[in-house]
Amino acid sequence: MNIILAFLAVLVAIIGWWLSRQRLFSKPWLETGVPPMIAEASPVAPQKLGLGVFLAVIGGLFAMLGSAFVLQIDATPWQLVPLPRLVWINTGVLLSSSLFLQFAVTAAKQGEAQLLNWSLAAGALSTLAFLVGQITAWNMLTTSGYVLAGAPAASFFYLITGLHGLHILGGLVAMGAVWLRLARQPEPREAQAAVALCALYWHALLLIWILLLALFTGWGNEFLALCRSVLR
Amino acid sequence: MGDIRHEANAELPPLEVPDVMPPHAHGWWAKYVFSQDAKYIAVQYACTALAIGLVALVLSWLMRLQLGFPGVFDFITPEAYYQFITMHGMIMVIYLLTAIFLGGFGNYLIPLMVGARDMVFPFVNMLSYWIYLLAVLVLVASFFVPGGPTGAGWTLYPPQAILSGTPGGQQAGIVLMLVSLILFIIGFTMGGLNYVVTVLQARTRGMTMMRLPLTIWGIFTATVMALLAFPALFVACVMMLFDRLLGTSFFMPMLVEMGEKLSYGGGSPIAFQHLFWFFGHPEVYIVALPAFGIVSDLIAVHARKNIFGYRMMVWAIVIIGALSFVVWAHHMYVSGMHPWFGYFFATTTLIIAVPTAIKVYNWVLTLWRGDIHLTLPMLFALAFIVTFVNGGLTGLFLGNVVVDVPLSDTMFVVAHFHMVMGVAPIMVIFGAIYHWYPKITGRMLNEAMGQVHFWVTFLGAYAIFFPMHYVGLVGVPRRYYELGEPAFISTPVGGLNAFISVAALIVGAAQILFLFNLGWSLRHGRDAGSNPWRATSLEWQTPDTPPRHGNWGESLPLVYRWAYDYSVPGAAEDFIAQNDPVTPEPPGGRL
Amino acid sequence: MMIALVLALVVIASVAFHLLSPWWWTPIASNWDYIDNTLIITFWITGVVFAAVVLFMAYCVFRFRHQEGRKADFNPENKRLEIWLTVATALGVAAMLLPGLFVWKQFVTVPDTATEVEVVGQQWSWSFRLPGQDGRLGTSDPQWMNLDNPLGVNPHDPTGTDDVIVEGGELYLPVNRPVKMSLRSIDVLHNFYVPEFRAKMDMVPGMVTFFWFEPTRTGEFEVLCAELCGTGHGFMRGYVQVVEQEEYDEWLQEQLTFAEYANAVPVEDQPTRLAERY
Repeated sequence: MNIILAFLAVLVAIIGWWLSRQRLFSKPWLETGVPPMIAEASPVAPQKLGLGVFLAVIGGLFAMLGSAFVLQIDATPWQLVPLPRLVWINTGVLLSSSLFLQFAVTAAKQGEAQLLNWSLAAGALSTLAFLVGQITAWNMLTTSGYVLAGAPAASFFYLITGLHGLHILGGLVAMGAVWLRLARQPEPREAQAAVALCALYWHALLLIWILLLALFTGWGNEFLALCRSVLR
Repeated sequence: MGDIRHEANAELPPLEVPDVMPPHAHGWWAKYVFSQDAKYIAVQYACTALAIGLVALVLSWLMRLQLGFPGVFDFITPEAYYQFITMHGMIMVIYLLTAIFLGGFGNYLIPLMVGARDMVFPFVNMLSYWIYLLAVLVLVASFFVPGGPTGAGWTLYPPQAILSGTPGGQQAGIVLMLVSLILFIIGFTMGGLNYVVTVLQARTRGMTMMRLPLTIWGIFTATVMALLAFPALFVACVMMLFDRLLGTSFFMPMLVEMGEKLSYGGGSPIAFQHLFWFFGHPEVYIVALPAFGIVSDLIAVHARKNIFGYRMMVWAIVIIGALSFVVWAHHMYVSGMHPWFGYFFATTTLIIAVPTAIKVYNWVLTLWRGDIHLTLPMLFALAFIVTFVNGGLTGLFLGNVVVDVPLSDTMFVVAHFHMVMGVAPIMVIFGAIYHWYPKITGRMLNEAMGQVHFWVTFLGAYAIFFPMHYVGLVGVPRRYYELGEPAFISTPVGGLNAFISVAALIVGAAQILFLFNLGWSLRHGRDAGSNPWRATSLEWQTPDTPPRHGNWGESLPLVYRWAYDYSVPGAAEDFIAQNDPVTPEPPGGRL
Repeated sequence: MMIALVLALVVIASVAFHLLSPWWWTPIASNWDYIDNTLIITFWITGVVFAAVVLFMAYCVFRFRHQEGRKADFNPENKRLEIWLTVATALGVAAMLLPGLFVWKQFVTVPDTATEVEVVGQQWSWSFRLPGQDGRLGTSDPQWMNLDNPLGVNPHDPTGTDDVIVEGGELYLPVNRPVKMSLRSIDVLHNFYVPEFRAKMDMVPGMVTFFWFEPTRTGEFEVLCAELCGTGHGFMRGYVQVVEQEEYDEWLQEQLTFAEYANAVPVEDQPTRLAERY
C-alpha cells in the first residue's frame, strides 16, 4: 500500500497548502462585512479545477492499482513480464501525441487556425497509433505465452494498460467534442481553454504511463524493496 | 464590536465564477425528469435512495425473522439468509447512506448554502444521477436472475464470493453486484467533482471558507475523501470481475473446492481485503462527516446558540478525514496479516477517537445555556448524540487490537457498526429531512406523525442494538443462519434475539409512517413560510420558497457574517441572517 | 421535557442491563485472561464517559429548554475548557491503548515451548495435523492434494511421514501446555474460533496463519467458523477436547500417521465431503 499512501501524502501536502490560505485560525465571529475572497489569488477556471480534481482521482486509481501490484509481489512467487520492444515505441508515440497537443495549445493562443487543426489531427492520429500499438503488444505477449489468465504479473499488465487505454480513449472522445465545436465556430482563441485542458489530460496520462512502465520493468523494485522492508 | 469589520459595499471582490443564470429548461421532461437543476437532482437522488432503502429494510425484517424465530419460516433457507444480509448491508451503506448524504443533501444544500445559482457543471451532475439510477437498477436486477443476488456478505471477500459454495458466486449475482458498484463509483465521481468545485469556486461574495456552515464542511470533506477512497473499491471490483469472468487469479490462490482443483493460482485473498478496507474505512467517515456537519447545524439552529468551538469543529473534520486513510487495517486484525500492523493500526485508530470526542463535547456544550426548542430536528439530533456516543465508544473496544480478537466476527461488531454508522447517521437524515422539508416543499411535516416516528425509531433502535452487543459478548458469531444452543452459552440468547426481532419489526413499521408523512404533508402540511426555524444560513434567505431555478432571483446574496450569529447580545432578534448587513452594537462588546 | 427524562432513563437502563442481565462472556479456558482484563478496563472507561455525556446532555435539555423570555448565551469558544477536555480524552484513550498493545505483544509472541498443531479448514469441516515423533510438521501445498492425501502434505518431505492426520474428527489437546495453532485453508476463508479460548484467527488459502494459547482447564469445547465461508458457514462446527496428559497420549497412539493413512483408512469411513464426491 506504499504507492497509494505516497500519492495521498502528495495530495495531503497540496490540500494542506490550500487550507493554510483559508485562515483556519481566524475567529469568524469577530469579523463582519464582505472581505475579499482570497487575497491575491487569480481565479482558476472551474473547468480547469474540475479536470485537476478528476486527474487526482485518476491518479488515485492508478496508484491503487500499483499498490495492488506491489502487494502481489509480496504475496506470491513473482516473475515480471518481459515487455516487448514495441511497448517502448508506443511510449515514444504517446510522447509525440502529448507534444502535438502542446503545439495545438500554442497555435490556439496565437490564433493560427490551420496549425491548430493540423496539430490536433496529428495528436489524435498518434494517440490512435498508440492504442493500436498497445493492442499489438498485447497480441505479441499472448502469443508468447503470457496470457491474461496466467500468472498474476501478466494479468496485471493487461488490466493496468487496459484501464490506461480506456482513459486515453475517453480523452479522444473529449478531444472529438472540442474539434466538433471548432468546426462549427472556427475561432481558435475561443477553443484555447478547451485545447489546453486536453493537453493537460494527455500530459497527465503520459506521466502515469511512464510511472507504470517503471513498475512493470522493475526499475522501481529496489526502491520498493526498501520501502517494504520498512513498511512490509 | 468585532475585531475586523469590512466596510459594507466599499469594494466588492470579484466573483470567481461569473454570475450567469443557468439556462432555463424547456418542456416538462427537461424540467422534471432530465433536470439539470441541482435541487431536482437532489430530490431524485433522495427518492431513489429511500426507495432502495425500503428494500433493504424489508430484507432486514426477513433476516431478523430467521434470527429471532429460527426454523419457523421455511422459505428462509441458508442461501436466502446470506443473500438478505449481503444485499441489506450493501444497499444501506452505499446506495442509501452515501447516495442520500452526498447526492441528496449535497446537491440540495451546497449551492444554496454557499450562495451559488447551481452546481458548476449541471450536465455532468444530471449524468451522475442517471448513472446512479442505472447502478440501482442493475443491483435490483440481481434479485431476478437465476441463482438470485450474491450472498457473499457485503464485504464480498474472495475466494468464496466467486465460488459455487456461495449463493450467486458462480451465477450472475456477484457479477451484477460488481458491475453495479463500478457504475455507482463512476456516477459518484461525476457528482463529486461538482460538489468539490462548487464549494471551491462558486461561493458568493463574502462567503469565506471559515464562514461556511459546518454542513458544507462535512459534505465537502466527505466528498474529497470519497473521490480518493472509491478508486480502491473500483480497482477491487474490476479485479474480482476479471477473476470471475476471465479466469485471472488476482485474488485467487491455488485452491481445492469440494475436492476439485480449480485452475486458479498465485493470487492473494488478503490483497482484496486491503483494497476493500482502504475504501471501506474512509467510507465510514464519508457517511459520518456529513452527519457530523448537519447535526452541528441542527443543534445550533434549534438551541438558538452558535455552535461551540466552530474552529475546533472544522479542524476536527479535516483531521478525522485525513486520519481515516491510515486506519483501514483495523478491520483486519484477525485476517492473518503481519502482526506488526496491529500496533500501528490500533494506535492510529484510537488517536482518531480524540478529534471525534471533541466534536461530541462541542455538540453537548452548545446545549449548555442555550434556548433549546425541542422540535423534531432537535429531538433527532439528541438521539444522534446518544447513539453515536454509544457506538463510538464500542469502537474503542474493536479498535484496540487485542480486545478485538475475542469480539471480532461476533454480533458485538454488528451491534457496534449499526449503532455508529447505521442508527446514528439515519437519525441525522431524519432530523435533516424534518428540518429542510419546509424549504424543499414550502410545507411543514406533520408534527404528530413525526413525534410517533421519533419515539418509536429512537427507543426501538436503541432496544435493538444495545442488547445485541451482549449477544456478541456471549460469543455468538455474526452471519450465522442458525446457531442452535451450543454449550458455551449458559443463558440462552433465544429470548433476547426474539425481542430484538420484534423491536426491528416495530421500528421498520414506523418508517412506513414516516414515508407516508412525506407524501401526506406535501399536500396537507402547514404552510411553512420562508424561514420557519428562524435560521441564519443562506438557504433560508432565498426570495422564493421553494427556491426557484437559479435560487437567488436578480442578484446573488452578499455574505456579511458567519453562519452562527444566534442570540447575539444587543440584537433585536435572536438570529442575524448571513446576508444581513446590520451588525448590532452590544453594550459590552462581543467577546 | 420528556426527552430529558428519557435520556436519563436510557443511561440507567443501559447500566442496569449491563450489571443485572445474565448475558456475559463464557468462562475462560485459556491463558488469555489478560484480554478479559483489558476488556473490563475498556468497559469501565467507556461506561463512565457514556453516562457522563448523556446525563450532562439530559441536564442541559432539562435546564435550558425553551421558556418564555429565555435567551441563549453567546459563547463562541472556550480554549481552556477545550484543551482540558482534549487532554483528558487523550489520557483515557492511552489508558485503554497501552495495556492493549502490551497484551498484543504477548499474543503475537509464541513461546518456544509451544507444540505446533495444524488446523485445516475446508467447506465445511475441520481437519487437524499433529507433529509425529520428530516434533515437526512436514511442509504442505494444495498441489499434493488427492484422495489419499486430503491435507496436501508434501510426500517428498521426510519430516511429514510421521505427522498424525485427524480428518473431520475431534482435536485433543493436553491441558496446561502452550500450543501454536497453525491455520491453513484449502478453499475459502475460515476462522478457527473457540469462544472459551478467546483467541481466534482467519485461515487464508495460500498462507499459513497462527495464534497461540494455553488451555487451562479440561473439557469439551465447540469450534465454530467465524469467517463467512459460504452457505454452510453456520454449520461448520467441530470439537476440541482438552484432557490430561495421559489421556492425550493414549488418544495420540490411536491416530494414524501420514504414512499409514493412505492405505489404512477405508474410503467409506472418511467423513469429509472430499470422500462424498467420489
